[in-house]
Amino acid sequence: MSTNGHIEKKRLENPPAKFKLKIQRRDKEGAPIRWETFELQYRRNLNVISALMDVRKDPVTAEGTKTTPPVWDMSCLEQVCGICTMVIDGRVRQSCSALIDDLLLASGSDTVTLQPMSKFPNVRDLKVDRSEMFDHLKKVHAWVELDGSYSLGPGPQVSNELAQERYALSRCMTCGCCLEACPQYGDGNYIGPQAIGQARLFNMHPVGKMEIDERLNGLLGDDGITNCGNAQNCVQVCPMSLPLTKAIYETNRDITVNALFGWLKK
Amino acid sequence: MASGLKIAIVGGGLAGLAAAMKIAEAGHDVDLISVVPVKRSHSVCAQGGINGAVNTKGEGDSPAKHLDDTVYGGDFLANQPPVKRMCDMAPEIIYLFDRMGVPFSRTKEGLLDFRRFGGTLHHRTAFAGASTGQQLLYALDEQVRKWETQGKVTKYEGWEMLSLTLDDHQVCRGLVAMNLQTLQLKAFAADAVIMATGGPGLIFGKSTNSMTCTGSAVGACYVQGARYANGEFIQVHPTSIPGEDKLRLMSESARGEGGRVWVPRQDGDTRDPRNIPDAERWYFLEEKYPAYGNLVPRDIATREIFQVCLEGHGVAGENQVYLDLTHIDPETLTRKLGAILEIYEMFVGDDPRYVPMRIFPGVHYSMGGLWVDFEQRTNIPGLFAAGECDYSIHGANRLGANSLLSCVYGGFVAAPSAIDYAKNVERGNTETNGIHDAEVKRQQEINDSIVSNEGSENQYKLHDEMAKWMTDNVTVVRYNDRLKATDEKLLEIQERYSKISINDSNLWATQAVPHARQLWNMIQLARVITLGALNRNESRGAHYKPDFPDRDDENFMKTTIAEYSDEAPVLSYEAIDVSLVEPRKRDYSTKKAKA
Repeated sequence: MSTNGHIEKKRLENPPAKFKLKIQRRDKEGAPIRWETFELQYRRNLNVISALMDVRKDPVTAEGTKTTPPVWDMSCLEQVCGICTMVIDGRVRQSCSALIDDLLLASGSDTVTLQPMSKFPNVRDLKVDRSEMFDHLKKVHAWVELDGSYSLGPGPQVSNELAQERYALSRCMTCGCCLEACPQYGDGNYIGPQAIGQARLFNMHPVGKMEIDERLNGLLGDDGITNCGNAQNCVQVCPMSLPLTKAIYETNRDITVNALFGWLKK
Repeated sequence: MASGLKIAIVGGGLAGLAAAMKIAEAGHDVDLISVVPVKRSHSVCAQGGINGAVNTKGEGDSPAKHLDDTVYGGDFLANQPPVKRMCDMAPEIIYLFDRMGVPFSRTKEGLLDFRRFGGTLHHRTAFAGASTGQQLLYALDEQVRKWETQGKVTKYEGWEMLSLTLDDHQVCRGLVAMNLQTLQLKAFAADAVIMATGGPGLIFGKSTNSMTCTGSAVGACYVQGARYANGEFIQVHPTSIPGEDKLRLMSESARGEGGRVWVPRQDGDTRDPRNIPDAERWYFLEEKYPAYGNLVPRDIATREIFQVCLEGHGVAGENQVYLDLTHIDPETLTRKLGAILEIYEMFVGDDPRYVPMRIFPGVHYSMGGLWVDFEQRTNIPGLFAAGECDYSIHGANRLGANSLLSCVYGGFVAAPSAIDYAKNVERGNTETNGIHDAEVKRQQEINDSIVSNEGSENQYKLHDEMAKWMTDNVTVVRYNDRLKATDEKLLEIQERYSKISINDSNLWATQAVPHARQLWNMIQLARVITLGALNRNESRGAHYKPDFPDRDDENFMKTTIAEYSDEAPVLSYEAIDVSLVEPRKRDYSTKKAKA
């Protein structure tokens, strides 16, 4: 959302009566890939999810062949849970907020192409297994260490500026767009922007800071932060506009400072 | 520190995670079962904030006033003692989240900031931007992840609960769940089970709920003997964004920050709303409710908007009214409401900072749910419930920003209650006497029959049909003849259910079998909601019958309780505890009506 005045949104001027949904299918992990195309009625406010729901109700291809309903993940449909992420016309994003109108306008074609994310195990069709992203969060101790959840009064006073800066990182919905777009991520040689952003989120907190060593330790190995190639794809694809490259820069700085002080302590 | 106690929690939203954290902290083991990775639970959708009378604005707010607002807003249908306990606990709950590092908005002094919400005159709502639910859920997700690394919590994400495992004495000994990838069934033996599965919005098809909010697991508990209370109380949120796939919520915080609801005074006025001068706009909520204005409780705002459109005054004669923020500085809007305004812009294409939003009411929340006592115990020994899936807090209408609070409160009460029960329950030989295997076998047979069915019905179309009937007849305005017809329709749908064919020859990760299981349970709860509404001949909170326009405390200041039978839900009524706040008529047109 820009803050510099109001710009009217562009819409498809001569929308077609019908459009095509081309879906990459796979019966299960390891099975061969195949493509199927479905023809659907165009409606102005249709998103990819509604189009998939149409297909699911009556899965018959454009050639008239009856097929199995495509499988995909969806939940909140408000781009806040992150589950419905897929590759749409070559770009990784949430399918709930991908409007057919915008996609046809951008591509100038009558077809929208759907693929699963490529960096994660492909369970079936458009569904992938992103549990490794939650494992990353364990590795970087992405939490504030509490004495207990019983009543101990308020937390530390924090400036609104810091709260807002942390809020920006705290909106990460673990969708995986940054990892999909990152040329370095994959094969376990780089933890990726998602976990680094969350490590930074807690290292910025007055209490979270006390555990900074544990968090940075999780980022030190070859599978940690080292192999960021600074391609900056992550910030471009992040649907929540997280300041990921800044977080990577600041975390690298923390590691350097920490190494220095660690050495001085010896 | 092995305690020997194992508690299973179904649902990993705010309530489930709150309970999991408390149980792990007490040294016991948790199996956490969730249809989605818990960080993707529906709690992320809550936008506006969490209530707690911390009273930082010099307004003389107090937990007692919070209690009064809550039971008054709920139109005197909630038992008051648990509401009081929740309101008393609210400030410390907010402080706890503060300590966990939730990036709440702050004042200049660096203290927690609070905003106003519907149904109160106080700044009582702590918020983190306009995605407070997401932020609170993440905080608990983080704490529970810590317990996961220490082996106290074992997550089963991508598993759906199908049924409880009950012994011969109807005591809950665990549950059976299905792996959504392999369709494998597994028995989870547990000393106690806590349900924290959220609401049943999908019964109405399009709602503000996530696609996981089917109410299916709770429906299964009901069919197995758990009492379901106040099912007919379904909150229809006044401001949602109509969509093809769902109704997206436009948070009450838009009105809390000064948003104004209006329609053109001239019916069918087709001018760009920005070109309609103030004098030609009808701010109907402000006119009818001068004291609370746009911040009347949800049930009232919903009915007013609904009525204005029904009478043909909606924008362009359609079912929509304007929710207008354009008189507020765009920078302020971005800072305070950025996340929700982005949602509108993303899905509609207009920027609400410059163009008034078009909104209409949408099904949002179930005040009803599993019956629980004041310690979150259901009527089935060993079964507990917390969060939206329990009925206990909100009476006939929920106030904004009380849901996040009630989820956490419910989890915090259910956890020690379940531990207490588990410590004292007689173990018996449930591991060996075969009840777990028997329940798995029973559930497998149901799955097998769904897979082998070759009928002519399409389950998604059947779901759509049920949803349309429910939305048309069992939401904002209710008439007895239409409610009767709806129940007949539901019986017909239940009959046709036996003829569905799943249309998926590939059972690996199929969504067809889970959906079929959910649909059956949804039909059962739909009947509870419909017949509960039919039987309640009065108007109270979200339940409104034009033929019975007044609240009838003598006959209906009672909890509706539904118990399953093969023919129809059996309804009974239970008196409520109003020992703390004397029931009085709701009136939001003046401040004086308040105690």
